[in-house]
Amino acid sequence: MTSRLRQARPPYVGVAILSSTLLLLSGCAESGVYLSFLNPQGPIAAAQRWHLIEVVVLLGVFVALPIFVLLPLLVWRYRYGAKSPRYTPKWQDYLPLEVMVWAGPIAIICVLGFLVWHYTHALDPYKPIAPHGRPLQVQAIGYDWKWLFIYPDQGIATVGVLAIPVEQPVAMRLTSATVMQSLLIPALAGQIYAMGGMVTQLHLKATKPGRSLGENTMYNGNGFHHQKFTALAMPPEEFKAWVRKVRASGVALDARAYKALSQRGTVAELVAALPRASHEGNIYLTQVSAALFPAVVEATMTGTPTALGHVLVAPAGLPAPVVRKTAASSMENAP
Amino acid sequence: MNAAAIIEQPLGRLGMDSLPFWEMLQHPTEENLINGFIGGGAACVVVIGIVVVCALITFFGKWRALWSEWLTSPDHKKIGIMYVVVALVMLARAVIEAILMRLQQAVGLGGGFLAPDHFAQLFSTHGTIMIFFMAMPFLIGVINYVMPLQIGARDVSFPVLNSISLGLTAAAAMLVMVSLVIGQFSTGGWFGYPPYTETAFTPDVGPDYWIWALTLSSVGTTLTGINFAVTIYKERAPGMTLMRMPLFTWTALCTSILMIFAMPPLTVATAQLALDRYLGFHYFTNALGGNMMNFMNLFWLFGHPEVYILILPSFGIYSEVVATFSGKALFGYRSLVLATMTIAVLSFTVWVHHFFTMGQSANINAVFGIASMLIGIPTGVKIYEWMATMYRGRVRLTVPMVYAIGFILLFVLGGITGIILANPAIDYQVHNTVFLVAHFHNVAIPGVLFGLLAGYHFWFPKVFGFRLDERWGMISALCWLFGFMLAFFPLYALGLMGLPRRTVAYFNPAYQPLEIVAFLGALLIGCALLALLIQGWVSIKHRNENRVFAGDPWDGRSLEWAVSAPPPEYNFPVLPVVNDADAFAAAKEFGVAYQQPDEFVDIKLPRNSAMGPVLGGLGFVMAFGLVWHIWWLVIVCALGTLAAIIVRGFARDTVQTVPASVVKEEHGRWLDAVQHAAAISRAAECDPANEGLAEQGAAGATS
Ligand code: HEM
Ligand SMILES: [Cu+2]
Repeated sequence: MTSRLRQARPPYVGVAILSSTLLLLSGCAESGVYLSFLNPQGPIAAAQRWHLIEVVVLLGVFVALPIFVLLPLLVWRYRYGAKSPRYTPKWQDYLPLEVMVWAGPIAIICVLGFLVWHYTHALDPYKPIAPHGRPLQVQAIGYDWKWLFIYPDQGIATVGVLAIPVEQPVAMRLTSATVMQSLLIPALAGQIYAMGGMVTQLHLKATKPGRSLGENTMYNGNGFHHQKFTALAMPPEEFKAWVRKVRASGVALDARAYKALSQRGTVAELVAALPRASHEGNIYLTQVSAALFPAVVEATMTGTPTALGHVLVAPAGLPAPVVRKTAASSMENAP
Repeated sequence: MNAAAIIEQPLGRLGMDSLPFWEMLQHPTEENLINGFIGGGAACVVVIGIVVVCALITFFGKWRALWSEWLTSPDHKKIGIMYVVVALVMLARAVIEAILMRLQQAVGLGGGFLAPDHFAQLFSTHGTIMIFFMAMPFLIGVINYVMPLQIGARDVSFPVLNSISLGLTAAAAMLVMVSLVIGQFSTGGWFGYPPYTETAFTPDVGPDYWIWALTLSSVGTTLTGINFAVTIYKERAPGMTLMRMPLFTWTALCTSILMIFAMPPLTVATAQLALDRYLGFHYFTNALGGNMMNFMNLFWLFGHPEVYILILPSFGIYSEVVATFSGKALFGYRSLVLATMTIAVLSFTVWVHHFFTMGQSANINAVFGIASMLIGIPTGVKIYEWMATMYRGRVRLTVPMVYAIGFILLFVLGGITGIILANPAIDYQVHNTVFLVAHFHNVAIPGVLFGLLAGYHFWFPKVFGFRLDERWGMISALCWLFGFMLAFFPLYALGLMGLPRRTVAYFNPAYQPLEIVAFLGALLIGCALLALLIQGWVSIKHRNENRVFAGDPWDGRSLEWAVSAPPPEYNFPVLPVVNDADAFAAAKEFGVAYQQPDEFVDIKLPRNSAMGPVLGGLGFVMAFGLVWHIWWLVIVCALGTLAAIIVRGFARDTVQTVPASVVKEEHGRWLDAVQHAAAISRAAECDPANEGLAEQGAAGATS
């Protein structure tokens, strides 16, 4: 199983034609951003593409093809005015045909059922990706209309960009500070909803360095179409350097920064509000407490969005926040 | 809510800023001007449309006729026609909105001309209208007209309730129309997920319009479902056993059962959302114990059966159309019945596929994925049975048949993409993208809409007594077919390229070429609608050449073809006795069609009742009051409703009698016409020679 996840299988000829057409469509646009799982940058997306191809070929050959051949043939051969073929206006019962008509679809669905069972478990977003040391922990919080990515082990956070090292699995926890949202990075993995007061999970991995499209797919208001980010996969050393850069050049996530963050607005508007935290159109934040994520979950759940003071860094000069365990950190598995 | 508030604010939240031009006049920026003109223009169209219709009615002095012959009529045939009229008006609005959205997206690279909020209202009203106020009234209208005739009944079981259902549906549709003029509609899409639609995030009146429109129509539809189901159980003509019912009636029965069980969860969900919004409850809020996941479960517990409520009647229509225009009995009747029932039952077991991405376990997703695919089995069976019906038949490519053939080919693709989406692991990728939009239009347009349009062409001569123009019908059908393909096939590719649904604009140029193609497709669909309109005009102009009073223009097989076109108010002079499936085909074969009964008796019919328009009107005003927080109005309407129901309880004179002599006279006139009509072969089916009498035997059917 895992071997399939690791590497996309070499496609066969017919499949190659199909997938290359799709690939053309999904191509890497001028901007150099991977848009689609048809051009996968990681094992999950690659397996999803393979799964799609299997299903499309199966259904194409056994469902669409016979009907697309038979129907025009029937309409032509038995057209009104045709002289030769038999006309049997009362022929309406023929057991062998009835049996075939039911057996065909049943057989196809049985095969598909096995595929569903297998892939749904293999590609379960909650399932950690094959062992590779400790996965990179990321916590994503949906705001209107941007995602905050917290790296709890590094103590940093970003908006507008999700940097990850290649080959290291990423374990993501998601919640929303506002309405329902859905996080999707097509070239890396599928989507999962983020909901207020609840925590969902997503596991993904990049195998090649590159930039992939990341987005929210669940409509959440006027700025919805701006809620994009870049998933930036880079070699591990570069990632370490990137973390250092964020630490060095970001601003502390204090109450003021948090207020700007949680206001309704796009990434661009946040950049305008926090110019010192901005780098190439993204926001870098430092001194981010590992307790922020569970605190946001709890605050959203209890309806006290202002009760976050204890996990935000105090204004310059005061000591860093005390990390406090909250109830929310123990509800990882809800829903 | 207290007395002081009512006096201080008699109009509730209503103010000048609720009018469409207001924002534009206050802040005349370019964007506000464009959006103001579009929104205000649409509002003007609504207002002008209503004024013109009222003026015309006054000019021709038709108010009284409108009231006594239509609005208060308990006749299932007239109610059916009114349902379809509502559907066609709403179809026109929703298609125009669709074209506008496609135009916006075609030029949407980096912005476009529509404001995001305006675009959001467009997809929300388009979706809501297409489902609740186009497809539902259309299919209910067709069932209303055809089903009682097919089972040999005089009317539905509860004629006045039928009229009330229509009143509630029309009131709800009107509410959506009014939102164009006063205030704005929801931006939460057709399924209005909380917490986005909670007051914390959308405090304006939009979601309230959505809530009350859906509540009114869901109550109306539940009542319709009960009415139809009881009618089919209780009103069948002697000898019409369940397994002799035409397939369309079978699908009507399954749809009614689905309505009865599926609409209440929607009513409950919208009512709970209303409690959240109006009284500060916490059913679906983020905080204080609310859980939006409950809404999603309730909504889709309705929503998935709903898509089968929509499509089963169309499957029924296709069954009738394919059999009739292949000149052959329907192949595998029993399998088709079984398949229809199977679909109806299974449709309650798959709702989770609408949120595979909500974080439940792989086991649950896999089970619901497989359950969803199971529905592919009976659906596949149906397609093969229709093809087997054509086998060794004589297929006539009339307009309904062109829709049917186009449907089979396109629906296969829609079904396949549905099965693709039922794979949770793939759905994780394409859920919420325009791939999904392409899929559900791929089943909704060829499946639901083409079926209803095929039914419209098929039964129009029965309803109005003359055939529709074939040429314009064919042009329209081909425009629909190719327009659909152009408009929606590109969306599959765009979805695979990661374009989310409900996107007003995008920033990657890779999306634009296909968006432009999709726009051209939408234009072609606009042409199709125009052609349909022209067809109506041309057909009415030439109605006298195309009369089919004898009643059987297509060599039909079921009982609705056994009466004149249009049928008499009481449907059948004497109730038919049925000995066979395909009752009328059998009667023609054995030469016992067009009989003069030995004796006529007085026929009792329900008398007109104002309950439909009164309850509809009160429901509309009450909903409007609720939307705008005009509490006194709500109270007045609630009391009015109660009073109307009580007063109706005292009505004793609810039956009118058609004397036997009148029945005899009308029947004689019809039999006379049949006698004098020329029996035509199927070759002359679409000529003026077709007076509604079919030549029997293989000769008539094959060449
Ligand atoms: C006649 C041609 C039609 C065209 C050109 C059309 C076009 C569209 C477009 C552009 C959207 C917005 C897509 C997006 O969110 O990105 C949409 C959404 C939708 N359409 Fe249609 N449509 C058509 C017919 C129909 C029909 C017949 C139905 C149903 C019976 C339907 C049901 C819906 C629904 C439910 C939505 C989703 C609304 C939402 O996002 O909440 N449409 N359509
Ligand atoms: Cu469904």
